[in-house]
Amino acid sequence: MTAVPLQPPRRLIEFTLDGEAVRVPEGATILDACRAAGKDVPTLCQGDTLTPKNACRVCVVEVEGARTLAPACSRRAEPGMAVRTDTERARHSRKVVLELLASSVDLSTTPRAEEWIKEYEAKPERFGAEAARMNEAPKVDNDRYVRDYDKCILCYKCVDACGEQWQNTFAIAVAGRGFDARIAAEQDAALPDSACVYCGNCIEVCPTGALSFKSEFDLRAAGEWDEERQAETTTVCAYCGVGCNLTLHVQDNEIVKVTSPHDNPVTHGNLCIKGRFGYQHVQNRD
Amino acid sequence: MDLKYSPTARPTDEERAAVDDLLGPPESGWDGGDGRDGDTLRWARGGRAARDRRDLLLPGLHALNDRIGWLSPGALDYLCRRLTVPPAEAYGVATFYSLFSVAPRPATVLRVCTDLACAAKGSAEVCAGLERELGPAGTPSEGAVWQPSPCLGLCERAPAALAVRAGTPAPATAVVAPATPGTAAAAARAPQDAAPEPYAEEAVPQAGSPGLVLLRQVGTVDPASLDDYRAHGGYAALRRAFALGPAGVIREVTEAGLVGRGGAAFPTGRKWDATARQPDHPHYLICNADESEPGTFKDRVLMEGDPYALVEAMTIAGYATGAHHGYLYLRGEYPRALARIQYAIDQARARGLLGDDVLGQGYAFDIEIRRGAGAYICGEETAIFNSIEGQRGEPRSKPPFPVEKGLFGKPTAVNNVETLVNVLSILERGAAAYAATGTEGSTGTKLFCVSGAVARPGIYELPFGVTLGGLLETAGGCTGTPRAVLLGGTAGGFVRPDELDIPLTFEGTRAAGTTLGSGVVMVLDETVDLPRILLRIAEFFRDESCGQCVPCRVGTVRQEEALLRIKDRTGAAAADDIALLREVGRAMRDASICGLGQTAWNAVESAIDRLGVYQ
Repeated sequence: MTAVPLQPPRRLIEFTLDGEAVRVPEGATILDACRAAGKDVPTLCQGDTLTPKNACRVCVVEVEGARTLAPACSRRAEPGMAVRTDTERARHSRKVVLELLASSVDLSTTPRAEEWIKEYEAKPERFGAEAARMNEAPKVDNDRYVRDYDKCILCYKCVDACGEQWQNTFAIAVAGRGFDARIAAEQDAALPDSACVYCGNCIEVCPTGALSFKSEFDLRAAGEWDEERQAETTTVCAYCGVGCNLTLHVQDNEIVKVTSPHDNPVTHGNLCIKGRFGYQHVQNRD
Repeated sequence: MDLKYSPTARPTDEERAAVDDLLGPPESGWDGGDGRDGDTLRWARGGRAARDRRDLLLPGLHALNDRIGWLSPGALDYLCRRLTVPPAEAYGVATFYSLFSVAPRPATVLRVCTDLACAAKGSAEVCAGLERELGPAGTPSEGAVWQPSPCLGLCERAPAALAVRAGTPAPATAVVAPATPGTAAAAARAPQDAAPEPYAEEAVPQAGSPGLVLLRQVGTVDPASLDDYRAHGGYAALRRAFALGPAGVIREVTEAGLVGRGGAAFPTGRKWDATARQPDHPHYLICNADESEPGTFKDRVLMEGDPYALVEAMTIAGYATGAHHGYLYLRGEYPRALARIQYAIDQARARGLLGDDVLGQGYAFDIEIRRGAGAYICGEETAIFNSIEGQRGEPRSKPPFPVEKGLFGKPTAVNNVETLVNVLSILERGAAAYAATGTEGSTGTKLFCVSGAVARPGIYELPFGVTLGGLLETAGGCTGTPRAVLLGGTAGGFVRPDELDIPLTFEGTRAAGTTLGSGVVMVLDETVDLPRILLRIAEFFRDESCGQCVPCRVGTVRQEEALLRIKDRTGAAAADDIALLREVGRAMRDASICGLGQTAWNAVESAIDRLGVYQ
């Protein structure tokens, strides 16, 4: 018999969102409420399968009476609070955060970055040509995935996915401090010398494309990566009995990357090395 | 957790001994010993018991750094095996702190303060001289290396330098202040032969004068003698606390109107009450002695001059909040305060004033010192938790607040040294007598760290309500023509020399659009190049940003870049960059996670608006 954990019904909390009364279950975040109300608040470091780290600050909103802005992704709704998502103050911070990121990090593969930069009228170029950047060369130290830290916004999602929130491998952590902080294995070692088990769950959660399949990295470098030409097929991994879902991304009849649906109730988008990278036999045509 | 340790990196015998002296010898191959055989072959140790010792990571790193001078891959790997810490995380922690190095370096490191007070008193000449004597900063020479450093908390004796030579059994330290290139180089070559530091009370020009409350014992009581402390009325406050009971102590502190002296001015009684009421146990008490705000040195003087007062005050705070374990998080750059406080704690424990049964009252309380390792951010009240827990010292987001979920996820009260020492006089004299001093909104007395262009720099204790001019008069007046006064440190703001009538109270400074902060009062005269001072402030924040949130991590860099561009410009030539600074500053203030980013633009803003620096 399968034990299904029952939860007591969650109380509803009522608060004001942009002047309108909204009700959300107790424990819901402001972001949950915004999304339920159809409001589009930008997010980068927030992930549907991870505890928010609220490091990027692009989702800040104004909570009446608070000295500073609050990150919508992690601030829980409280009864009676009055939240405004689109004030000049909140928009200003979002704009500057986008400018700071775009002026220091390569956001070319970050979904929606371009759209938000336009929407918030961010002008990252105004910090000048001399503005300090990440200046990292892609780390290509294995044939499965590439770490291109020039695209890294230090959102901590890969660290959390590798560590205690999912994989429990702890192969990577944030090293250094401030603007010099980088995601690194111990002694900044290459992945083959680290504790990495190549589950690729860090790639799954990376919001900027800093972590990508080697196949994707190579295709992008060759200018051949084209998502319009890709088909996505969700299937079941054939390796073991867990039955993880795989979504195969196929371009020109080749599997170019493997993801997993985050709403899978068992695996929440996580895979192991076999499901994530062990697809070569499928395309072995000899 | 299936951790992978290095197959090749091995610790030297000395490194192994440094770790084992702290943790005891390994029990088996499971925690860093040799081999797995016999009884231990099939008996997996570790797991939760080992992970519960994660908070010993920082002390372990200190043990290695104290003895070896740097953290080699083999040493780090061995420490990880001993504590079951993932090597990547330990590397992340080791590289977070500026006192540690994961690259080889000589045993002796000389840090020369180049921060505001020292820069105004000639730290540039010290650095130039050291370049001639020892070569460029960061280059090993004669078994030593020197490097510029943020504020060392020795502002009354600026310019200052601190030499530390790693070794057994304990590192040799030398505080050189005021430093010359010659004395600094000599300290780097032979820290053990450096002249002893002057007595702590020499930082207190008022020492021995009547009317002092917090500083009354500095210079009159032997800081090494518990008997002398007791003969001067010590431990009367703790006895009174036991007579009042925890709720009574909190009531007195609340009625006295005591607010935190670390900078945020939060009512101490409310904090204690909220902690004491938490049903979750255990409760923790943390004394925040990570005094790193440039220009601040009051806590150092209190700890060096009257260490038993802090031990007693922490015991009272622990009693009131229901804590049985107190942590004293002490700045890593304070060797003498460390020695004095450690000795005081040991003495108090030996005499039953700490331990299982304090004063025979059936209350158990003990204090553990945790040393910081060079990170301003660890003075932030939630970063301090992460630092003690052996994580990177990054602030947590609030809510939840520390009184609810603090250290190890348990209710925690965090108080500054000066705040705690105030409690003694509240209990000795009663809340009403305490509150009779000062103003209605700011009761009691305040310690001011006066430095820069004044005749007698040092720590001054004056009742709240004295004006800025009154304080500077007490300090012997300004030397030279004052150009600006920095209030509250780099997180505070500048005021003009014609604003000396600002009353030094929390409400008075707020009304004047500035802040008391941690009590820094730094006078800059006309010889000081203000744009360069602002650049130094910006460099400080860029250096000390933990890197967690974008507004602070990148914003502090952009702030420094803009200030660098306009350092020699004024008027229209600087206008664009000033507009840029305002926009970035506003986002840092609004959207940063913690107080560091939120205040990183304060001083620059005040210099532009109040002093008209770039006009």
